[in-house]
Amino acid sequence: MSGFDQGKGSDVLDAQDRVRFEQLVLPHLDAAFNLARWLLRRRADSEDVAQEAMLRAYRFFRGFHGGDARAWLLQIVRNTCYTWLEKNRPVELMTEFDEELHPQSSASPEALAIAGDNRERLTQALETLPPRFREVLVLRELEGCSYKEIAAITAIPIGTVMSALARARQRLQRALTASAPQETSRGL
Amino acid sequence: MGCDYTRTVLHGYLDGELDATRSAEFERHLESCRECAKALQSGESLRSSLASAGLYEQAPLSLRKRIRADLDTATQPSAAMRIPVWRWLAVAAAILIVAGVSWFSWPRSIKDSASSAPFSAAELIDAHVRSLQPGHLTDVVSSDQHTVKPWFDGKLAFVPPVKDFSDQGFPLIGARLDVLNGQNVAALVYGRRKHIINVFVLPTREPDTPIHPPGLRQGYQWFHWRHQGMEYCAISDLSASELHELAQLIYQ
Repeated sequence: MSGFDQGKGSDVLDAQDRVRFEQLVLPHLDAAFNLARWLLRRRADSEDVAQEAMLRAYRFFRGFHGGDARAWLLQIVRNTCYTWLEKNRPVELMTEFDEELHPQSSASPEALAIAGDNRERLTQALETLPPRFREVLVLRELEGCSYKEIAAITAIPIGTVMSALARARQRLQRALTASAPQETSRGL
Repeated sequence: MGCDYTRTVLHGYLDGELDATRSAEFERHLESCRECAKALQSGESLRSSLASAGLYEQAPLSLRKRIRADLDTATQPSAAMRIPVWRWLAVAAAILIVAGVSWFSWPRSIKDSASSAPFSAAELIDAHVRSLQPGHLTDVVSSDQHTVKPWFDGKLAFVPPVKDFSDQGFPLIGARLDVLNGQNVAALVYGRRKHIINVFVLPTREPDTPIHPPGLRQGYQWFHWRHQGMEYCAISDLSASELHELAQLIYQ
């Protein structure tokens, strides 16, 4: 596995670990929940999986040797989410990859501005994307992660983060403009 | 249709992830490529939509509470208060039993114990007590390891490692030659407040051992260990924990 050493996870943790964990990792609970919510799409599932991921992070905590605690935690959250998806909704992971990059021109900025001006529609559009596109967008646009962090969290080689984002954005634009009211999608 | 830049580099530019050279290169390209100019606007529009739509979802309070409860369960209580009294009693009883058993099975020679030192406890204590008689403690008085070490040269068939630990609260007082079980040994003398510590050193062919649990007799404690071909025995009327501190310093 690339990225971080997740340790063995079998350690018995003491009060000191607890204090360090609360200082370093727990502040990123929102990030953990947000990623789980966008990967799993349902709040109740996201709460369960975020809880499980947090406990796993705690058990692995002695394998965390400093550095970017948020990226370390999000990597665990992501892995926990995928494990959960494989078990509970394998179909979602199979509808995956449309590797080909469509050589179509991007949607017009005006159309996008209108289509994007609606929380519901944005949410729906994001949720229609395959998880692997959704996650890079969430990490970049909502979480503000750098390419390096995205690479560490998602185990994509850093050289391909940019193209993964390019594809994800194109997919989102298409999903948005496809769901937009007729008058704005015409002529795209 | 379909400029190559639009597909990739544009996104690095949008995200501020291009280095200065590539960034400048893209900006030059942007001046002449309508496709990219438009795509960049679209990208920015999409970004501001995503940023302003309030899509970020914060963890609910109930989740926070559940996680704290998990952490409580997964944390080993280190504070004494978490351990019920009966456990303490059980521990105390266990210690008493062990102490009792060791007392009765107490070896006449520390040779019999796990330490298997080549001299007996009685000899060890005798040597220590003898050293405390006036004029017997040291043959060479110096806190300088570079004085003490060469002093042994030619007097013994081996050179004991000598180090001063004044900084750690165990000043080297000096050294002398001694005899334990008919063998010439080096005795290094350290001080700790008003206490005197003798560290007997002699060569051995036995493999290294860690510092053994302390021996105790007549109010004296000792620690025995082997390290890099030397046998060590540190003895004093100091508390076991302080003596162990010195043993560890020497062991390092």
